[in-house]
Amino acid sequence: MLLIDCPYCGPRPEIEFRAGGEAHIARPEDPALLDDRRWAEYLFFRTNPKGLHTERWLHAHGCQRWFNALRDTVTDRIQRTYRIGEPRPE
Amino acid sequence: MSSRFSIFHLARNALSGHAGWAKQWRSAEPKPAYDVVIVGGGGHGLATAYYLAKEHGLANVAVLEKGWIGGGNTGRNTTIIRSNYLYDESVRLYDHALKLWEGLSQALNYNVMFSARGVMMLAHNKHDVQSLKRHIYANRLNGVDNEWLTPAEARAFCPPLAINPDARYPVLGAALQRRAGVARHDAVAWGYARAASALGVDIVQNCEVLEIRTDNSGAVERVVTTRGTIRTQKVGVVAAGHTSVVMSRAGLRMPLESFPLQALVSEPVKPVFPCVVMSNTVHAYISQSDKGELVIGAGTDQYVSYSQMGGLHITTHTLEAICELFPMFTRLRMLRNWGGIVDVTPDRSPIIGKTPVQGLYVNCGWGTGGFKATPGSGHVFAHTIANDAPHPINAPFTLERFQTGRLIDEAAAAAVAH
Repeated sequence: MLLIDCPYCGPRPEIEFRAGGEAHIARPEDPALLDDRRWAEYLFFRTNPKGLHTERWLHAHGCQRWFNALRDTVTDRIQRTYRIGEPRPE
Repeated sequence: MSSRFSIFHLARNALSGHAGWAKQWRSAEPKPAYDVVIVGGGGHGLATAYYLAKEHGLANVAVLEKGWIGGGNTGRNTTIIRSNYLYDESVRLYDHALKLWEGLSQALNYNVMFSARGVMMLAHNKHDVQSLKRHIYANRLNGVDNEWLTPAEARAFCPPLAINPDARYPVLGAALQRRAGVARHDAVAWGYARAASALGVDIVQNCEVLEIRTDNSGAVERVVTTRGTIRTQKVGVVAAGHTSVVMSRAGLRMPLESFPLQALVSEPVKPVFPCVVMSNTVHAYISQSDKGELVIGAGTDQYVSYSQMGGLHITTHTLEAICELFPMFTRLRMLRNWGGIVDVTPDRSPIIGKTPVQGLYVNCGWGTGGFKATPGSGHVFAHTIANDAPHPINAPFTLERFQTGRLIDEAAAAAVAH
């Protein structure tokens, strides 16, 4: 089980959280302007990297706030967590 | 090379002290060029190579495997085989596989120990009853066997099952597919490897594909591997949980996410469990191997990972469910647990077909239930590669369906919550 450092509540066990998939995928401003390929890219296509992954988490059984995490998908080690709106860590 | 297995062959080796058994397949060195390169030496990849050679006359084929054959999900799954899916497209695909399973040991001359002992899926609430009955009716319309059992009939079919109506999740009935069952997972990889190798297919282990290169027209030209560059005009990627990684080496993104899926086995005991039992609601599935171990499947973790591990709370959750359904197993000790990396598509159906790159084909997205499809998957994928066009059975399972919206939403039929 992961130990996840909620930016608002501090470290808590994974069962308090809900994973929300890849982070930093912005909803297109005007979906009607997109062709099918780009809409599918937004909806369904994911980086799914073997290595560093930015991802969303919801502290469902805590503060109920969303935040982002940078995690290595090979070791599952979370490098850092940060608030929604902060830039993707380098 | 190995000779054909028969009773005489067995007797001759038994009388000579079992000293004469030959290796069953060639571990090849990569050649500079092939007609087709298959990336991934699991059951699906080896089956693809076998059917390319057997049915399409393409023997100049290499299977490139990063580790050892059958070392990924082929060797990590719970070996359940069934075809009781909901939608027409899925039933055609999985029942095609089930029919091939039924004759596979004879076709390969290798005992894959397919055992049609029946798969029983439990209903614990009104929604389950309606959903399973809907599956039964849909299956019957498609000519696939599936029948409804009352709780007493379910217990008669599987005596260890507790059907106490006061349970937290009482058994209200079950759907039984009698033609479904299990097979010996390693034997599937070895059997296909042996049969493909005998037809001239090169199986190259410890050979990771680093890059899939295209020529000026955008068509596949060569693959760069850890064991040198190989020229080929057709590449079939069958890399399961690592499909996104391999496809990124051809510059493509995929509608996939990879999750750990765990399984575990108990200490071996005498035969106590005659069939396969699955429950989506309390989330457990269980059967007994011929060695005597209870083979138990747990769920996926909620986050993308390539760690082949997974959280202990996932397996704990499944064992709690097993103990409630089968109280006789509460004192059984677990022998080992492990994880495999499964590639999940947005609609939980596989992708088998062509890609935007000419000469590059992909067979992926089997998620938590790929083992059951192994022969059918290899069969239709070989057809797709050989003809540069899909077989009618896999024609709906395109990569383009995520653009057109023609999804095959089988989440309800998958046994594993994800």
